[in-house]
Amino acid sequence: MTVPATPGRRAEAGVLPLDGAGVLVPAETPFRQVWRSFRKDRLAMAGLVVLAALLMLAVLGKLFTEWWVLFDPATVRLPDKLRPPFSIPSSSIGKELWPTLGLYPFGTDELGRNVFARMLQGSFVSLSVGVVAVSISLIIGITVGGVAGFYGQRKLGFVSVDTLLMRVTDVAVCFPTFFLILTVVALLPPNIYNIMIVIGITSWMGTARFVRAEFMALREQDFVTAARALGLSEGRIIFRHLMPNAMAPVLVSATIDVAHAILTESALSFLGFGVRPPFATWGNILADGRSYIFDAPWLFILPGGAILVVVLAFNLVGEGLRDAMNPKLRRRASG
Amino acid sequence: MWRFVLRTVLQRLLLLLLISIISHLVIHLAPGQPSEVDPMNPMMKAVDIARIRASFHLDDPFYLQYLHWMRDLVFGDLKSFRDGLPVLPKIWDRFLNSAPLFLLTTLIVWTASFPTGIHAALRRGSLYDRSTTLVAYTLISVPGFFLSYLLILFVVRTFHLPVIGQHTFGTEHAPLIVRFMDRIWHLAIPSIMAALTGIAVLSRYVRAQMLEVIDQDYVRTARAKGLDEDHVVYGHALRNALLPFVTMFGFLLPGLISGSVIFEQIFAWPGLGLLGYEAILARDFPMILTLNFMAAALTLFGILLSDILYAVVDPRIRLE
Amino acid sequence: MSGAEPQATPLLSIRGLRVDFATDAGSVPAVRGVDLDIGISETVALVGESGCGKSVTAMSVMRLLTGRISAGSIRFGNTELQSLSEPEMRRIRGAQIGMVFQEPMTSLNPVLTIGKQIEEVLTLHQRLTSSAARAHAVELLKRVGIPSAERRASQYPHELSGGMKQRVMIAMAISCRPKLLIADEPTTALDVTIQAQIMDLLGSLQQELGMAVLLITHDLGVVAHFAERVAVMYAGKIVEQGAVRDIFKRAAHPYTRALLAALPDPLRTAARLEAIPGRVPLPRMLPAGCAFCARCKHVFEPCPGVLPELFPIAPGHSAACFLHDPRRAPSNVPCQ
Repeated sequence: MTVPATPGRRAEAGVLPLDGAGVLVPAETPFRQVWRSFRKDRLAMAGLVVLAALLMLAVLGKLFTEWWVLFDPATVRLPDKLRPPFSIPSSSIGKELWPTLGLYPFGTDELGRNVFARMLQGSFVSLSVGVVAVSISLIIGITVGGVAGFYGQRKLGFVSVDTLLMRVTDVAVCFPTFFLILTVVALLPPNIYNIMIVIGITSWMGTARFVRAEFMALREQDFVTAARALGLSEGRIIFRHLMPNAMAPVLVSATIDVAHAILTESALSFLGFGVRPPFATWGNILADGRSYIFDAPWLFILPGGAILVVVLAFNLVGEGLRDAMNPKLRRRASG
Repeated sequence: MWRFVLRTVLQRLLLLLLISIISHLVIHLAPGQPSEVDPMNPMMKAVDIARIRASFHLDDPFYLQYLHWMRDLVFGDLKSFRDGLPVLPKIWDRFLNSAPLFLLTTLIVWTASFPTGIHAALRRGSLYDRSTTLVAYTLISVPGFFLSYLLILFVVRTFHLPVIGQHTFGTEHAPLIVRFMDRIWHLAIPSIMAALTGIAVLSRYVRAQMLEVIDQDYVRTARAKGLDEDHVVYGHALRNALLPFVTMFGFLLPGLISGSVIFEQIFAWPGLGLLGYEAILARDFPMILTLNFMAAALTLFGILLSDILYAVVDPRIRLE
Repeated sequence: MSGAEPQATPLLSIRGLRVDFATDAGSVPAVRGVDLDIGISETVALVGESGCGKSVTAMSVMRLLTGRISAGSIRFGNTELQSLSEPEMRRIRGAQIGMVFQEPMTSLNPVLTIGKQIEEVLTLHQRLTSSAARAHAVELLKRVGIPSAERRASQYPHELSGGMKQRVMIAMAISCRPKLLIADEPTTALDVTIQAQIMDLLGSLQQELGMAVLLITHDLGVVAHFAERVAVMYAGKIVEQGAVRDIFKRAAHPYTRALLAALPDPLRTAARLEAIPGRVPLPRMLPAGCAFCARCKHVFEPCPGVLPELFPIAPGHSAACFLHDPRRAPSNVPCQ
């Protein structure tokens, strides 16, 4: 005998047939499953770390450039224009204008402003452009998709709610998005809120479509019928039962949409319709920097690199989440 | 089949009408007035503004303006605010510039994406797969103009060659072959730059599609028949994986107008995207509206084309 | 046919087959030492619950596994399949060993016509011209009982019912007159009425072509009418094998008995269907000894710790249970 039998094994086996090898493994919560799978994806984890750092940076940026001004992004020091990174202010700069660290970590721009301070301020603005725009798009998309998916069969005169909302979505899809954004941004007073709103209201169609699909699939399932049979209110069914189930794809696309919104903002800046001063965003620092690409490449490469890293992080986290939430892929990965 | 096409075309036309009305609304509700075309211009006097407003029916009610625009568009005498020249010939000129760029870009994207994506899917988890994944994500994540500027910087510094514009300045009288090669060179760089993001996105999609298909039962059946791996992959799996891409041909069309704004701006390529951009800057409403209308029409036409193509290639789809 | 005893030179001979699958939690055994012989023209059923490794065994024969064969030999005639190169193996697949799968719905390529999918095998292995292949494919469709075969040949799989698709799969599998047909749960996905038709078709084809059949199923009821010999698998091992008669009349392993007790028997009135308590242990949590011991009524000392070998019961009938170990079995054990 290689393995000693547990004493009393025989008696136990007779009484508890489920014991031993047939023991039930405690079920993992879906969240833990996703997290376990996500954690193995090294690229996605790297992305998550970058995003956590970005969030901290954005908060610190807001803190140190607006509330407790350690780094002033607006101070103009003309004698010190276009200084390379890590240079020390020249002697002509008065003591009161000296940058906090005693040097320009990222150099200065064409007005002698501290690029480090501008990037710090921009981190908050860029991130909030992305997050606010995507929040707007999510609110519209989830509402339209949810109503179409759940109340789709109701009739409004001669068309059903579903037909009406989906035709509206079709119309929205047919607008050349970037062109529309350009037009509207060009016509509206140029401010940061308009840019957020315009990006938001031109990018909700995808969310609406898959929330609708998800709702239509879910509302036919047994647990919804059961919930109805129990007399639960519609609101409760929607928010307690349908929403959480539809959230997985929404979360994935929201993550990727933030990345997209940040890129759109930088493209708008490039065409001269971006966020206007006094706000610095990575997009407009980059767009302004292109004029000095030969003389002061850091004005171009630093913000460009920063956008690349952050957008990449959002994309990797989004794709990692998608893989981790896709049960089919997960099963494949494990055997 | 024909009934389907007819019904869809009618539906799409209705949508198109709706879209054009909404675009008018968007423009008319926006605070900027076309009479502010050039408010700084001291030559622009109140009289001129009034004359412009009158000639473009700007003081009429909204629906009349819309009808005017519609009629002018149909009869081809819609005129630009900016210089009073007819809109359609201008668009045609620019289209001739955009088309080669668009075609070359599309060609590059499609020929590069498929081998890359298929290869990555078949060697899932290999070094090749992981590195193309990372490169693809990087390309998706980089602002297009950032990469283009870096390339321009590189080419200009290393080869001392001009890359901006449609041809090199001063080559107008060079021999035909030189002009031709010059033209190709000036076309190649913007096409490649515009294609990079497309390659990244499409090759990821090809990979995902291929992975989806390669685990299907009928692929196993094909192997159990004794077919060799190439036949299994290209004869059985790829055929199925390709189906969704047929529909993407349709979605490419609108890219002709709005997809190229950034790259045409960077490379000073006088195409449709740049035309739209200039029109927006100048608040040239007839031009903006017409381009917008055409882009929407192309989108709708593209969707129709996709539906039909899908029914042609997938025996399971019937157009009802 | 007598069939109870494997013939002297079996057509297929599996010895000590072990298959492992790599997972996050390390390597997991799916098949743990299977010995199985199939004689020429013999019909053998491999029976077991889902996940017991029976399909994996079949796929190992075809060498179409995603897992890894870590030990054992698979001889087909005089050829060791494991030592063949991939091109050599391809000449066996579809030509000498045909396979029918469980899911006719998804096993046919949706974008190719049925005719084309059958012709493909014929042009590949028999070097037929395309018109000859076409004619032959129509013949085959007629043979498997598909009405208006010419028209069907130019149709796509979605235009056929599930039963029809399975007939097409069978036509494809027998198109090159294979010596061995592996049918992996060929009727599980079909309606009960269709199931009987498909099994009849397989039976008559077996007779006509004189091919051996390895039928993989979880349904002992199917086995009784069709197979000559039965091998019962549990958790990656064969726990009992013998002639159909022996298995049904004198089942020796507690698991086989439990399976039989779970079978509805129309002749036994007031029969109580017995479910087997518990479930198949996960491959990574197997005990050192008999894998069935957690669910077995007769567990005694050696069971959890020692792996039982196949003990002979009668000629051609053996069971892997210590109840039948002459050295260990307690005398008071009930034996049918």
